Amino acid sequence: MIEFQDVKKVYETKKQAFEALKGINLTVEKGDIFGVVGYSGAGKSTLIRLVNLLEQPSEGTVLVGGKDLTSLKPKELRAEKKKIGMIFQHFNLLNSKTVFDNVAMPLVLSGTPSNEIKQRVEELLEFVGLSNKAKNYPDQLSGGQKQRIGIARALATNPSILLCDEATSALDPQTTNAVLQLLKKINKEYNITILLITHEMSVIKEICNKVAVMEAGKVVEQGSVLDVFSKPQTDTAKNFVRTVIHDEVPESFLKNNEKDAPVIWKINFVGSTSGKPLLSTIAKKYEVHLNVLSANISEIQETPFGNLIIEVTGDKREIDETFQYIKDQGILVQEVVIND
Amino acid sequence: MTNTLWGMQITAEQLLTAFGDTLYMVALSLLFSGLIGLPLGILLVITRKDHIFENKWIFNSLNPVINILRSVPFIILLVALIPFTRFVVGTAIGTNAAIVPLVFYAAPYIARLVENSLLEVDKGIIEAAQAMGATTWQIIYRFLIPEGLSSLILTFTTATIGLVGATAMAGAVGAGGVGDLALSYGYQRFDTMTMIVTVAALVIIVQLLQSTGNIVSKKIRRR
Repeated sequence: MIEFQDVKKVYETKKQAFEALKGINLTVEKGDIFGVVGYSGAGKSTLIRLVNLLEQPSEGTVLVGGKDLTSLKPKELRAEKKKIGMIFQHFNLLNSKTVFDNVAMPLVLSGTPSNEIKQRVEELLEFVGLSNKAKNYPDQLSGGQKQRIGIARALATNPSILLCDEATSALDPQTTNAVLQLLKKINKEYNITILLITHEMSVIKEICNKVAVMEAGKVVEQGSVLDVFSKPQTDTAKNFVRTVIHDEVPESFLKNNEKDAPVIWKINFVGSTSGKPLLSTIAKKYEVHLNVLSANISEIQETPFGNLIIEVTGDKREIDETFQYIKDQGILVQEVVIND
Repeated sequence: MTNTLWGMQITAEQLLTAFGDTLYMVALSLLFSGLIGLPLGILLVITRKDHIFENKWIFNSLNPVINILRSVPFIILLVALIPFTRFVVGTAIGTNAAIVPLVFYAAPYIARLVENSLLEVDKGIIEAAQAMGATTWQIIYRFLIPEGLSSLILTFTTATIGLVGATAMAGAVGAGGVGDLALSYGYQRFDTMTMIVTVAALVIIVQLLQSTGNIVSKKIRRR
């Protein structure tokens, strides 16, 4: 649906050139909710703007629905843009127009007859749950309501792609959740492919099925959300995962046992393995004592995802054998290294 | 001097005629300079870097021309333009003749003010318009102008008041108007009462214009 092929973006200023994107390769499939996460300045904002040509790529190709938009004539490009909806961090609604007129705007631009506009706008306002606000002005709405109007406006021309530019970053957690559920509903009910950028890993966890982690103009990691969350490879990805999955061993605990460094393991369960009685099996099989330090379970993409931190005491050889046994079960286990 | 008012050297009729002349000159020159200044102001905005109609050539040639016109004092403009005025209006003297230099004076001023007003419009709005696939023209009249309207109203209020002031000097080419009365009677003939009455009239005009502008602008801006 959206394909980035070796895309580079360079901003030229008089004195120097700044490379915002350094060769991006990404594929967003139809029906995906694809999340791009990164710190500010990573280039994700530039990336999403290349899809509807708010920015032009310096090198490489961006294919949308198999078409390279840069090769289109202005008129064809405008028609193509109507198939790509976009919502923004700061909503970008017209303050001089009512909610109704804001949502109607894309239809007015394409010269839709007014009775059709009326019907479509009413339908959209109903879908986002704000039918009663049609005559209000944006400055009379809350942030969450404004974003829902933004969504209604983006959907007006029946797009097949929705771009979300930090769409929930200006909202409080509760409102964020409501907006995310709405996006999920759009993806399911209308089969609209969603590409979103965010700096909040919780957004990815909540609705995305695929994720790309960006850093300094590059995609450093990408894959299914479950894979990236359970096995993050890069430090950036690990840091982002850590913001939503708390599996850190508190430092104070490690310091309290200075004399005899404890053996601490971190065990991740994904999907079906989370149902097996691992600990009791170990306790019966090996001469080791287990002390659960922390455990939690959450759900990613409707798959249970848990982690467990345990302290293991006992004979060194028994401990090593136990470690091997857990690995053999296909369970992800790693030793927590205590670094001073 | 049977028709004089409050001991002034001028008649009530003279005052009314002057009032009418001022309004006539302000209204017509505002109309023409608006018709020229508004598009120029829009051009100054959309041709600048990273805007919807980026064009170095237009921007870099328009910008200094406006600055040059803006820096010529009105009284000099008035005299310097006499040949041109004669060519356009047929005469260089009188109320209609004054309108030509007034337009030259106000159009670049309005262009600058319009530029400032439209630059206030949030870039995000324009980005949203572009994402919707709006044409350049649609962005201007569906997004830029409605979003900048409240500020544009204030812009035109300021320009109108500027024109009221400028018409006073138009007396130099025999244009008449309230300002001319103030100069030729109040100032040159030491007629203090005329001076007070005419200045008071100008104050009232300016006050009315500004209040109307503020009210309309506020109404559009809402809350």
